[in-house]
Amino acid sequence: MTGLQGPDPSERARPEGKRNEQGFRIDPEAAAEPETRRTVISALVENEPGVLAKVSGLFSRRQFNIESLTVGPTEDEELSRITLVVEESDPGIEQVEKQLAKVIPVISVRELDSDALQRELVILKVNGGSQPDKVQAVTEMYTGTTLDAGPRTVTVQITGDEQKINDAIDAFRQFGIREIARTGQAALARGERWTARTEGSQATEEAKGAYADDD
Amino acid sequence: MSGDGATPVSPNTETDRGDDAQEHEHEEADRTEVQTGATAVIRALENAGVRYAFGVQGGAIMPVYDALYDSAIDHITMAHEQGAVHAATAYGTVTGDPGVCMATSGPGATNLVTGIADANMDSEPLLALTGQVPTDFVGNDAFQETDTVGVTRPITKANYFASSPDSVGFDVSEAFGLAKMGRQGPTLVDLPKDVSQGETDSEPGGPTTPTTYNPAEEADQAAVERAAERFAQAERPVILAGGGVMKAEACEQLYEFATEFEVPVVTTMPAIGAFPEDHELSLEWAGMHGTGYANMAITMTDCMLAVGTRFDDRLTGGIDTFAPDADIIHADIDPAEISKNVHADYPLVGDAKAVFEQFHAAMPQAPAADEWLEQVAQWKAEYPMDYEMDEDGPIKPQFVVEVVDAATADDTIVTTGVGQHQMWASQYWTYTQPRTWVSSHGLGTMGYGLPAAIGARIAAEDDQQVVCFDGDGSFLMTCQELSVAVREDLDITVFVLNNAAIGMVRQWQDAFYEQRRMASEYPWMPAFDKLAEAFGARGFRIEEQDEVEETVQAALDYEGPSIVDVFIDPEENVYPMVPSGGDNGLFALSEEQL
Repeated sequence: MTGLQGPDPSERARPEGKRNEQGFRIDPEAAAEPETRRTVISALVENEPGVLAKVSGLFSRRQFNIESLTVGPTEDEELSRITLVVEESDPGIEQVEKQLAKVIPVISVRELDSDALQRELVILKVNGGSQPDKVQAVTEMYTGTTLDAGPRTVTVQITGDEQKINDAIDAFRQFGIREIARTGQAALARGERWTARTEGSQATEEAKGAYADDD
Repeated sequence: MSGDGATPVSPNTETDRGDDAQEHEHEEADRTEVQTGATAVIRALENAGVRYAFGVQGGAIMPVYDALYDSAIDHITMAHEQGAVHAATAYGTVTGDPGVCMATSGPGATNLVTGIADANMDSEPLLALTGQVPTDFVGNDAFQETDTVGVTRPITKANYFASSPDSVGFDVSEAFGLAKMGRQGPTLVDLPKDVSQGETDSEPGGPTTPTTYNPAEEADQAAVERAAERFAQAERPVILAGGGVMKAEACEQLYEFATEFEVPVVTTMPAIGAFPEDHELSLEWAGMHGTGYANMAITMTDCMLAVGTRFDDRLTGGIDTFAPDADIIHADIDPAEISKNVHADYPLVGDAKAVFEQFHAAMPQAPAADEWLEQVAQWKAEYPMDYEMDEDGPIKPQFVVEVVDAATADDTIVTTGVGQHQMWASQYWTYTQPRTWVSSHGLGTMGYGLPAAIGARIAAEDDQQVVCFDGDGSFLMTCQELSVAVREDLDITVFVLNNAAIGMVRQWQDAFYEQRRMASEYPWMPAFDKLAEAFGARGFRIEEQDEVEETVQAALDYEGPSIVDVFIDPEENVYPMVPSGGDNGLFALSEEQL
């Protein structure tokens, strides 16, 4: 049998403290699971092939909980904006931001304030042919638009924040929902605040003066 | 992986190598004239100061090899692409500059994957160039087509699909620049054959990085001052030096800091050699098989200065019991590493060299830690790294490592595979100089040792001895690269610590799987000394204790590649040991304590 000399583990000096799974020092008596929260993260990225694959691959590889991901062009044709809704603990959200920022074609990343303007679009197809007035009433209640109406189905669009979309979908259930397509959240910071800085891009250079008043 | 057998293949350029160092000076006149995408690629490498490339020919990469024909860059043809990427990675470890490896599309590229993942885990600078089918064929499942950019996306720092002969040279310059700058790592450029062959006169310059890539140099000064204030108050201070210290060339700054303020130094495995292990402040390295005194120190410390480490789980053990009384000062060039695994009470984002200089200047006084230093000295006495070898018993592997260490110069480079032999080579060799320990850490890639020895040998010129400790299982995975060492007449000595098993698995089976030795015993091993002779290398065999010193010396004296098949005690295990996810302070000294 092989081994080394030295005091047995039971004879050794022991530390007093303890850490939790996130590596924070904690009171061993009062360890609690970290609470998660839902938040919106916006990233400006180079408009080049593979960026979306890099970002989505990052989320699966690092086991981040992602609720929604949208991507689209911006005012600068060289840049795209990715908007993410994630549900994570505070350290998890910090890691999401840092890991995103580390991807080379990602130019800037920012977590938006809770008052950020968030919108999503849903297209709903319901079995409303027999009661078009009722479908119309629900559509108007959610300031939606009827896109298509036939003898058996009515297709409407609703735009709003996540809560409104969820409420609208619940309201349409009475007719029987055939299919749903949702876009996921797009978001911008409220007022004069910037959603994500674009250091280095042309738009940034032009808008540099505005940053001075930011934060 | 030759695909286009009909096209003539460039002869190997090895005849250019080695005679005169002057040949390697890249005078302007020697530079490749840019006429095609492939020549732009080679020109970008030349402009970056690249002198060697490791690779294997094949159909889609042939235009790039053809451009190498006229270049002063020496190409080392390897037996397998995995050998090429490991050799290039080790070249990067020893020189600090990105090693370059080349492979064709499809199987050539996928054979690089293990090595790229290895370099990614250990933040080693590496540039991989892969051939690709012509752009028009991409997506059609053409012969030897693989989505190389897709496959390597999660294991590269950045990768590129070259889209035009006019831009491909710049892609290579940026890939080289990113591999070296900031947190180092592997990058890859995928080169479709039409892009390599297409005409261009667009000349790349030296290595570049994107304008949006700006890693911090110095850390925030106010944050450094707060952290230094805390460290100076520490009663039980310790420095944890990670691989980033070596990569930032900050070993001197580490030494100055530790010795001036009398702080014990623990390293991670990749940082072995960053601080001289024969210094009284050295506790060697911590973690699963680290020294007892290093693990006691990082467990009992009240303030840890951790620089250039990512707090790998093999270092921390269970996070809940890692340095639980300590304020953690964590300096790293990659902000994503701060508070990833262990919460940093004092985060510092910056280059290790700059941070050590700032921190040194900001220290108000040395910590008052006399009692702690006595305690640390006591642990060193209590937990010696030692072994017993019966006079008429089997050879202990630790003894072999010590004999080779004693028979070689201090600056000898040691490469290893992965397994028990790797642990003994790291524990029982005294490393005193940076970049002399070359191994696979984060990925734990068996088979790393021999190709790494080839890369290290090339990198070290003729200045340093290169030895490799390998296991029988590990060696068998890449032993075909011995043909390269013979062809290139490389002076390396490989010690196969042969226990007829993948011993680390066997050790775990004995400890945790009721000795059910499923697929871990290798009584079917070839005679490695005879295998060496078949390749044209020198083979040695050691079966008895009294043969060790003499045969080791004979193998070291042989100028050229040699293999020493050493029959070690097959029951010898690696200790100390912290079980996976365990408490570092409760490291086991024997199997009964697990």
